[in-house]
Amino acid sequence: MNTLSPDNHGLRLFVRYLVLTLIAAIFVFPLVFMVMSSLKPSQQLLIDSGSLRAFLPVGDISLNNYTMAFDRAPVALFVANSLFITGTTVILSLFVCSLAGFSIAILSWRGKAFVLSAILATLTVPFETIAVPLLLMSSKLPWIGMDGLEVGWLNSYRVQIIPFIADGLTIFLFVQYFRDIPSDLVEAARAEGASWWQVYSKVLMPLSGPIIATAAILKFLVMYNQYLWPLMVVQEEGYRPVLVGLQYFFQLNTAWGEIMAYLSMITVPVLVFYLFLQRAFIASIASTGVKG
Amino acid sequence: MAQQKSLTQSNVSGWAFALPGFGLMVAFIILPFFFAIWFSLTNQRLISPNPPSFVGLSNYVDLLSLGTIVLEPERDATGAVIRDNAGDITYPRLRNFTRNNPDYPQLQGMREWFGWQTGPNDELRRVILAKDVVFMRALKNTFTFVIIVAPLQAGLALMLALLINQKLRGINVYRAIYFMPVVISIVVVAFLWRLIYDGNNGLLNNILGALSFGRFEPVDWLGQPSTALGSIIAMSIWQAVGFHMVIWLSGLQTISPTLYEAAELEGASKWQTFRYVTWPGLRNTAVLILIVITMQAFGLFAQVDVMTNGGPLDSTQTIVFQAIERGYGKQDISGGSAISVILFLIVLSISMIQRYLTRERNT
Repeated sequence: MNTLSPDNHGLRLFVRYLVLTLIAAIFVFPLVFMVMSSLKPSQQLLIDSGSLRAFLPVGDISLNNYTMAFDRAPVALFVANSLFITGTTVILSLFVCSLAGFSIAILSWRGKAFVLSAILATLTVPFETIAVPLLLMSSKLPWIGMDGLEVGWLNSYRVQIIPFIADGLTIFLFVQYFRDIPSDLVEAARAEGASWWQVYSKVLMPLSGPIIATAAILKFLVMYNQYLWPLMVVQEEGYRPVLVGLQYFFQLNTAWGEIMAYLSMITVPVLVFYLFLQRAFIASIASTGVKG
Repeated sequence: MAQQKSLTQSNVSGWAFALPGFGLMVAFIILPFFFAIWFSLTNQRLISPNPPSFVGLSNYVDLLSLGTIVLEPERDATGAVIRDNAGDITYPRLRNFTRNNPDYPQLQGMREWFGWQTGPNDELRRVILAKDVVFMRALKNTFTFVIIVAPLQAGLALMLALLINQKLRGINVYRAIYFMPVVISIVVVAFLWRLIYDGNNGLLNNILGALSFGRFEPVDWLGQPSTALGSIIAMSIWQAVGFHMVIWLSGLQTISPTLYEAAELEGASKWQTFRYVTWPGLRNTAVLILIVITMQAFGLFAQVDVMTNGGPLDSTQTIVFQAIERGYGKQDISGGSAISVILFLIVLSISMIQRYLTRERNT
């Protein structure tokens, strides 16, 4: 390559950072706009979006939109619902999928090849294609509740949790991870008389921190951002998650200030969480692309 | 648990460990998938006093039937073409053919999808009719969306990945920022962009106005058929491009540094290095990314639901939006299921075609 004078090198470095920063601005501006707007009265918000003031905390700044958002909709309930549904599903999913992954990666049993290929085949079925029949199924499924046997899962937590516990990708991630663990470890534990359950819980799971983090993050993103499914199966306010709760802000008059406050409330905690764990987040997305 | 002969042979434990996960997948993914096929062959509704009955392929016929007809212009007694006040040729009304016309049973109940002039002097008019015009538009819009988004998003994601793959101080900060929209729900993003795209005070109109010193006429981006789908495409790429950037990055990092060193020794230009070192190493990643983007793009729903509701004039109707509108909105489980099955067949055949095409080039 041709040699560069120091000045030229500095200029090229500057241009590189300039390009990177301009692109970063494209990704950041709607989020800055969201947070800044949430602090302004709706009237001012609309006027400000005509200038750079849209991205600055200037003018009549207050937390009024946040208070008004709480008045308009049961925000705390929606957030609690989302956290409960997401948390429960993530934990159950980690348990159930790691068990299945363990069984497929470590044990030999009749029918395993069939089960594995069925699990992999589900990766080609987008959720959107089963949503409609699943809706009908959910309306007819039985459940044993406080008052004995009941029929129908609509308007409940279970309809938002149970169908999403097991999925092909999570199981597959555990299978891949467990396969790479040296078999000596398993054999040694078995030689000392450990049961398979003990091999799973005492030997393999303690070594699985990275893949547990990956699977938990992927599941968290899917579950916290659920929209289509709760829209279809939950009509009662008591079970609504955060994104379906957005509808409240479009009834009667659309108050953009309150909408921005609500969007900020449900988004910023996730973003902060992400910025703290961004390496793990990015690694978990990258791991979905390991094998085609 | 009993001791096994072979060290890992255990049918009982194997099934016991796998069953919770596999059982749930059978119940909530595999079974509904087969139900979709079955329901699409019946007249199942969400709530109905009558038991469903088998109707064969009629749901598919209703969705997919197409017809065509050539209209002769209306002529007066001398045989001259009759024109209306605006000078346009007048034709007999389509409903004469599509409503109980014994000569055209195949056009019964159809509506005009589109048409064009043909024949000598362009006097004839060829009309394409469809039994379900809205679904046809949904198919066309979804394919348009996929055909634009897949290459554009994959290409932009690759450019970002190449930028982020540079060895620069602080590059991880940029990587974190580019990826940020991925962790935000597409629903939140769609609400934000609804305000950005607003026709009156929208941020986008104001930015474009400022950049052009006021010469730019404000556009109601989501409110007119010519720009609505394009606006949704731009926003969807903004949200998801970071996801695919990360997958490209992990592909880039599997390419051995020694190959780059060799290229540098040979005096290869930047483009040659990309063309002969980087790109061949990314073939598998490219296949994976195209399949993933295609599958995600065919699922287009939330953006439409939040931003346009399929409008204006059906210009943003999509396959999934139609499936949900029927299966859930109109409680027509069988119609929604038939659309779902069609969607699955499309996704499956496209990913098979993509695999096939890229496999050929590899060898």
